[in-house]
Amino acid sequence: MPIQNNRLSTEDLALKFADVHPPFEHAEGAAIEADRCINCYDAPCTKSCPTSIDVPLFIKQISSGNIKGSAKTILSSNIMGGGCSKVCPVEKLCEGACVYNLLGEEPISIAKLQRYSAEKAIKGKWELFERKPSNGKKVAVIGAGPAGLACAHALSLQGVEVTVFEKEEKGGGLMTYGVAAYKVTPEFCKEEVDFILSIGGIDVQYKKELGKDITLAELQQKYDAVFLGIGVGIARSLDIPGEELDGVVDAISFIYELRTNDFSKIAVGDNVAVIGMGMTAIDAATQSKRLGAKDVTLIYRRTENEKPCTEVELDLAKLDGCSFIWLASPKEIIGENGKVKKLVCNKMKLGEPDTSGRRAPVDTGETFTMDVDMVIKAAGQIPFEELINKSSVQNKSGKISINNKTETNLKGVFAGGDSVNGGKEVVDAVQAGKDGAKGILQYLGV
Amino acid sequence: MANLQSNFLGIKSPNPFWLASAPPTDKKINVIRAFEAGWGGVVWKTLGSQVKNVSSRYSALNYNGRKAVGFNNIELISDRPLEVNLKEIREVLKLFPDRAMIISLMADNDRKSWHEMVKKSQDTGAHGLELNFGCPHGMVERGMGAAVGQDPDIAKMVVEWVMEVATIPVITKLTPNVHSAVPGGLAAIEGGTNGLSLINTIQSVTGIDLDTLVPNPNVGGQSVFGGYCGPAVKPIALKMLTTLAQEERIRNIPISGIGGITTWKDAVEFMLLGASNVQVCTAAMISGFKIITDLCDGMSNWMDEKGYKSIDDFVGLSVPKITRWEELDINFHIVAKIDQDKCIHCGLCYISCEDTSHQSIDIERGNPYNTYTIKEEECVGCNLCKIVCPVNDCITMVEQRKGDEYLNWIEYEKRGLPLNDH
Ligand SMILES: Cc1cc2nc3c(=O)[nH]c(=O)nc-3n(C[C@H](O)[C@H](O)[C@H](O)COP(=O)(O)OP(=O)(O)OC[C@H]3O[C@@H](n4cnc5c(N)ncnc54)[C@H](O)[C@@H]3O)c2cc1C
Ligand SMILES: Cc1cc2nc3c(=O)[nH]c(=O)nc-3n(C[C@H](O)[C@H](O)[C@H](O)COP(=O)(O)O)c2cc1C
Repeated sequence: MPIQNNRLSTEDLALKFADVHPPFEHAEGAAIEADRCINCYDAPCTKSCPTSIDVPLFIKQISSGNIKGSAKTILSSNIMGGGCSKVCPVEKLCEGACVYNLLGEEPISIAKLQRYSAEKAIKGKWELFERKPSNGKKVAVIGAGPAGLACAHALSLQGVEVTVFEKEEKGGGLMTYGVAAYKVTPEFCKEEVDFILSIGGIDVQYKKELGKDITLAELQQKYDAVFLGIGVGIARSLDIPGEELDGVVDAISFIYELRTNDFSKIAVGDNVAVIGMGMTAIDAATQSKRLGAKDVTLIYRRTENEKPCTEVELDLAKLDGCSFIWLASPKEIIGENGKVKKLVCNKMKLGEPDTSGRRAPVDTGETFTMDVDMVIKAAGQIPFEELINKSSVQNKSGKISINNKTETNLKGVFAGGDSVNGGKEVVDAVQAGKDGAKGILQYLGV
Repeated sequence: MANLQSNFLGIKSPNPFWLASAPPTDKKINVIRAFEAGWGGVVWKTLGSQVKNVSSRYSALNYNGRKAVGFNNIELISDRPLEVNLKEIREVLKLFPDRAMIISLMADNDRKSWHEMVKKSQDTGAHGLELNFGCPHGMVERGMGAAVGQDPDIAKMVVEWVMEVATIPVITKLTPNVHSAVPGGLAAIEGGTNGLSLINTIQSVTGIDLDTLVPNPNVGGQSVFGGYCGPAVKPIALKMLTTLAQEERIRNIPISGIGGITTWKDAVEFMLLGASNVQVCTAAMISGFKIITDLCDGMSNWMDEKGYKSIDDFVGLSVPKITRWEELDINFHIVAKIDQDKCIHCGLCYISCEDTSHQSIDIERGNPYNTYTIKEEECVGCNLCKIVCPVNDCITMVEQRKGDEYLNWIEYEKRGLPLNDH
């Protein structure tokens, strides 16, 4: 069977894309888990959260039955605390630092508890935040992703009038268009964005693209400050022969399709090769498999020890039945009638440590060939270098440079999130948005 | 294997665990189930003039997710006909002749009523009587229960009435709703009681429903003070027990220990502080009669480990270890020690010491884990850090005497030795 859609029934698809981390079904479940928390001082979980959520506090608030207070504790540190509870790689953040790990016990289910309170607030449209009266300052935010929305919310809270320009037709950024479908639903993403915007004072202009519909110079003129939260673009190209063949796709576009269309409309091959071993690669692989691909193989240049994804993510792919080829790097894609047919890879070995501190893959000269009908490229994303250069924003290979007040080389232009760090997690982008707002408020003297 | 056989005032039971007078001992059906499960004896639910109970009777104190660490009730004595109770007692006695059967009594406040109750009870063949001078609610308003126990003169008089006709051992159950249990205990002894038991329940309000603003339990929009029991009352019961056990004039009177006993360890503690046997109510109500298995097994294993052959070998052994404050050795000094290998860096020791004690713990901030060490020269040996530490034996208290000789406060003051300067 070639690349095709509609491989599974609607019921099967619904099952495959159901929530991977289901919520507590009963208040008792949350209470029992909350009571396990020993309420650490200067808590390692809090210190390991990029947004510094006061985890012991919000958990004790669940224990005491103060769910509203618990939601406020979470969301005032992280306005996307609801989404983060579903998408954060907590095994390397809060839960990874939980002191129970040191006892060899299961860490507190912090994410699940966080979801318990935050989701109630979002679904119930709780009015937890009160905006200060308008102070007449106007700020433009580019990008309605986690960084942009966090920045907009923090600014509006202080009475700033915010206009958000977003090139897509929905907010949420990669939360809406990138994160795996079994982590968050489009409905949830919309509810979360609505919740953030419900504070008022934020006007989102969808389908308005910087560099196309508007220029940075214009915005600098019309607004007291600008925040760039444009994220990063599509997946890096492999720069190998055969990349133009039918059946070679970019993971970000593949996932974008999957997040914006009915699952049944998304085509996958029988034998899918995914290049890369980061979060995006795992997501592309698992979701291909869940769409009905027969064999999905992840191909990575280094060994399992150097993998960029977490153990939990790797396990997810393993449980989904994906295969792994370590120490292999794509050399050439061979086609037939313009369609992908085979993938030739170089066998690699580990050499000296590179700049990342990990041992670098070195070509052994040997190759192997595998039959594939689809290749998904997921070896990192490339920043919007052209756009950034055109706007005269200082950058390093497209990654925007900022100072310790989050300001760029342009006066009054601030930036944060993936567009600055090159691509991390939602929670990092939220913190960057908060930091951006702080920098802007200082700059505006608010 | 240790021998758990108990002989309390000549009343024999295969183990020292009796069910206290309460709902678990209210009917034949309960008591048969209890004996089948292995309980050594029962004190039958208090008999007296038949009463009527209200609906909504219990409430509880929950703590940190643990349900019913304290339990509260507003029930009265048996609300079943006296004759039915007596008939069932006879039947159970026939079915389980090797178990202890004690009947709890609370007659109307006159000699004749008490005489009648005592006679009817011993006619069943029961092995002993327990006089309920403790119920803190409902009966008190009628001049019974705690109203009797709180007034030593009345208590003595009632015991005298009972002893005039009693042919089987009589245990007087004391109320904890007094500043000291000793006067009531002495009065009962003067009245002629053979044994004592304590505690009955402590007056309490367990909480309020924050929607209706009605305290628990809610009886049609109103509540009353109830009787508190369960794990939360154990420390109070142990203290009251000790005051009796230490009293010269009570020393030879067997005491049945009651109040919050949930595990074999609790039971051992009561016995170490002078109880010859123990009674249990709440733990059985919360978890069922099966708890008797581990109560016996745990006690037996502990006795084997310690080399005690029978329960009498250890009853009262801890009584002399509770002394008066003035006699404590001021030169005895301990300091906390944190085992860094066991530490999980939760910081609970640090924050409790820093916020509320003696600022005796050093912190070295790390990411994400801080390192905590004891400032030995500041540590007063209060145990707080050890108490809050979630890891067993991570914090230990190490002896560092201030001087070789035993030195108590009286002597310290006499010598005019220095007090703290900060
Ligand atoms: C496949 C994939 C899976 C991921 N899974 C997870 C996960 O499970 N957990 C996790 O924590 N993180 C995950 N991430 C990372 C996470 O999504 C990002 O780190 C986060 O969304 C970054 O937020 P941001 O606001 O900086 O950028 P983005 O989310 O990329 O938002 C940028 C916004 O700017 C808009 N924009 C871009 N250019 C313009 C322009 N010129 N004009 C106007 N608007 C513009 C975009 O449309 C977008 O809405 C994943 C990323 C990918 C790619
Ligand atoms: C619901 C209930 C009813 C009780 N009724 C009586 C009673 O009728 N007579 C009595 O002497 N004690 C009664 N008690 C007190 C118990 O016998 C016992 O003294 C007390 O509960 C402390 O023991 P515990 O902590 O093991 O429950 C009652 C206790 C409860 C909980």
